[in-house]
Amino acid sequence: MTLLDIVLFLPLVAFIVILALPKTLSRTLALATSMGIFIVSLGLLAPFLGKPTSAVSFETNLIWIQSPAIRYHISLDGLGLWLLLLSTMLTPLCVLISWNYITDRVKEYYAFLLLLEFGVIGVFVSMDLFLFYVFWEVTLVPMYFLIGIWGHDRRIYATVKFFLYTMAGSVLMLAAILYLYSRAGTFDYPMILQLLSSGRLQLTAAEQLPLFLAFFIAFAIKVPLFPLHTWLPDAHVEAPTAGSVMLASVMLKMGTYGIVRFCLPMFGNAAHQCAPVIIALAIIGIIYGALVALVQPNMKKLVAYSSVSHLGFVVLGIFTFTQQGMDGAVYQMLNHGISTGALFMLVGFLYERNHSLEIKSYGGVANVAPVLSVIFMVTTLASIGLPVLNNFVGEFLVLQGAAIVSWKYAALAGLGVIFSACYMLWLYQRAFFGEAGEGVRHHITDINKRELLAIAPLVILMVWMGTGTSLFLKPITAVNAQILEQSKINVEYQVKAPPAPSAEPAPATTAAVVEVARAR
Amino acid sequence: MNQFYTPTDHFSLLPALLLALFGCAILMLDFFVLPHPRQKRWLIFFALLGEFFAGLALYRQYRFLEDQSIPALRAFSDGLIIDGFSIFFNAIFVAAAVLVAIISYRYLEVEGEHHGEFYGLILLAQCGMYFLASGTELVTIFIGIELMAVTFYILVGFLRSDRRSNEAAMKYLLLGAFSSGFLAYGFSLLYAITGSTRLPKIAAELAQRPATDPLLLLAIVTTLVGLLFKVGAAPFHMWAPDAYEGAPTPVTAYLSVASKAASVAVLVRLFLGTLAPHRINWEPMLAVAVVLSLTIGNFSALSQTNLKRLLAFSSISHAGYILLGLIAGNRTGLTGICIYLFVYTFMNTGAFLVLISLRQKGMTGDDIDDLNGLIHRSPGHALLMALFLLSLGGIPPTAGFIAKYYIFLSLVETGHYALAITAALFVAVSIYYYFRIVRAMFLNEAGQLLPALPGWGARVGFAVTALATLAIGLYPEPIIRFAGTSLLR
Repeated sequence: MTLLDIVLFLPLVAFIVILALPKTLSRTLALATSMGIFIVSLGLLAPFLGKPTSAVSFETNLIWIQSPAIRYHISLDGLGLWLLLLSTMLTPLCVLISWNYITDRVKEYYAFLLLLEFGVIGVFVSMDLFLFYVFWEVTLVPMYFLIGIWGHDRRIYATVKFFLYTMAGSVLMLAAILYLYSRAGTFDYPMILQLLSSGRLQLTAAEQLPLFLAFFIAFAIKVPLFPLHTWLPDAHVEAPTAGSVMLASVMLKMGTYGIVRFCLPMFGNAAHQCAPVIIALAIIGIIYGALVALVQPNMKKLVAYSSVSHLGFVVLGIFTFTQQGMDGAVYQMLNHGISTGALFMLVGFLYERNHSLEIKSYGGVANVAPVLSVIFMVTTLASIGLPVLNNFVGEFLVLQGAAIVSWKYAALAGLGVIFSACYMLWLYQRAFFGEAGEGVRHHITDINKRELLAIAPLVILMVWMGTGTSLFLKPITAVNAQILEQSKINVEYQVKAPPAPSAEPAPATTAAVVEVARAR
Repeated sequence: MNQFYTPTDHFSLLPALLLALFGCAILMLDFFVLPHPRQKRWLIFFALLGEFFAGLALYRQYRFLEDQSIPALRAFSDGLIIDGFSIFFNAIFVAAAVLVAIISYRYLEVEGEHHGEFYGLILLAQCGMYFLASGTELVTIFIGIELMAVTFYILVGFLRSDRRSNEAAMKYLLLGAFSSGFLAYGFSLLYAITGSTRLPKIAAELAQRPATDPLLLLAIVTTLVGLLFKVGAAPFHMWAPDAYEGAPTPVTAYLSVASKAASVAVLVRLFLGTLAPHRINWEPMLAVAVVLSLTIGNFSALSQTNLKRLLAFSSISHAGYILLGLIAGNRTGLTGICIYLFVYTFMNTGAFLVLISLRQKGMTGDDIDDLNGLIHRSPGHALLMALFLLSLGGIPPTAGFIAKYYIFLSLVETGHYALAITAALFVAVSIYYYFRIVRAMFLNEAGQLLPALPGWGARVGFAVTALATLAIGLYPEPIIRFAGTSLLR
């Protein structure tokens, strides 16, 4: 049993314990256990810290079902590492922000939150396609209830829509997984990759495209990519704050993670083939999301649409098939998790005070809640990609990757950055500056210690990830280089030699790029 | 004598004999020994005793096959067969009958229709199912089907003072008799073509016939129609919603689980065994029936407000999924059918059990709205129902997912991609209506229904069904092995 097994199953244990003990204890218990899980999960950093390695660690490979062989195969690499840590870090913060807000069915609420953490961690560490699918579905159930029970007025509509969209995508993925099994004879993902790279398993072009699409659509719905995004604003607006945070910061990343982890290495040719269309959709998403966010009267909806825009950057970066673009995309996944998570938290704080999400019922908040306003400002700046803060690095790398492919992509996507400044700053201006109205003066108080505790780690990370980039980027770069190499296996079966475990030049380039970027 | 009723014959017939004996004995006991209403409870113990002995006889058959390590034991000169397949299906019947017996007790009390013959009829129906799972002779199979069907006609109309129950029984009887006619016609044609009623001989004869033989085609069509009716697959499903809705809820559970499994057993034996060489004739027909079942079952369930009708339509779609395994027809498909039926027994009975335990005098609890806010009134029931519905929908890590997974896998293995994708998409549709129930229980405001009354039968039933649904989902290995060994033929 490795540390990763422990980190994976602790949330499940916590889930059971919370359900078993009386509900007066639930809150404290949830905080204590989720904090404990986070601290334990920090131990996972040890093999990765500052090392540009694409090797996997903490591998456990056991038989779960004998025939057809389904394995409990989990391991961790640089790609899953940060997303896992993001999940374990956000869970205690979500407990904190729900502390007083959730008064109804407290026990179930925290139990579902921990169950969600279990599912999400499972998604990021599964190395068996079947196991991955199981965890992928497991995350749906707690989220369905988190939105459906503790959400706002139209919660039922939103949660059903969320569930059906995701489910429709994922059953297709299941069909594709089964097809792969029938071809490869195994669900074990590293094994499949090995078969592919050695040429013993050859997928024809006619096979690759449907398989790629089945996987990609399931992931694209989750991301969400432009025409499939309509569930997202509803789900976000109706979800309780912690639900929004988990949804935006972690669950959307399951989609982009899936694309990087599965779509590119297995179906490299189909991915290359579809790239122009997907890039176009991503760019449409970037601009469309930003423009729609601009006209939203509802703060949460605004942040939700900004997510569509930001996630467009991630997809764009992935499908440039450049080291910089991929690094930027993965980095942007983390950035989005932190800055958008923080934005949802802040909007949640405002909502708890004034019970309104409409921008027009605010105004002049800066006068009555200075600390809150400063934190909101920092988060806003991070979100629009100000240098020294985290988003800048990711967006810069993505744009650079896009520019390598075509300057038009970069130019169009760059528009999104400008728009994002417009809608975020305009939101800030309308909500925080000006005369404080009657409602604001009566209801809005400054941030309290508990809330500060919840948001402070995110603010610190915004600065840290904006300045200490190489620490975070090194393990990612190495894995991305490997995935890029795997995605180049040719459809005409001019099979390349299996890629060397650690590609030398790529990390150096990216690190240099980051240095340059920061110097500006 | 030694030719007529050998020890082997006795050994292979024993479970059915015991079931028939206990079934008839219950009818007698009810009438002569325990006529007082308060003594009825002893009858259920007697029925369980009968199940115990029948189960024991089955287990001895199982041990015998294992110890001798022979794949099958034939008796009555090819009239009956004891193999892993028959034992697996009979195990399903025992489980279903025991569950139904223990959950019926309180239901019948509430309805004021507690008559001893109920338990007797359950055993007799199971006796009929025994011949469906082990019979390899057309007349034996037909008698088994009729024994099962006739007892079900009575069971469906068991609530004598309830008009809906009577109506349901009438409809079921009329349509059932009609379909039996089809089946008899098909069987007689098979006999006419081959000159034998024994399946091994029929198989040998049929292998000689050309696939284009019109007589054979007619035989296949009529047999298939008759059996699809019994399974409750579209387009011969019309009886199902009415019968399910009107029947006493435990009978609905029994009907949807055991009767379906028994008919599938016959379908598998006939179509994967005897008629396998003529797959080219029946596969398209079966495929059409499957697609129709999935479509009609799932889309009709979307708009239902009555829970029993909703589950009826969902069971039509489940019949579709099960028959998909037959279309695939390889080893995985067969394993898939076995696992699906086994799992379905528990999850579906569990879902009906929740409805039963919510039922009170004068309050049916059959509408989805009746479950509103169940989580506030009886959280345990709501959570259990959610578990069963998740499993019916096929969401991991529940048992229903494992079952669907096997079916899909078999389709992909045999290259039926279009069917696999259709079936997969219908999973998403089914999630919608299953989650309508979940939504009512968890998300809607509380209704006025009283909390459920606990009872020992319900407790045991819940423990068994919930445990099976979860345990098979989390660790399916034993059941997969059990289903796998049942197919060594």
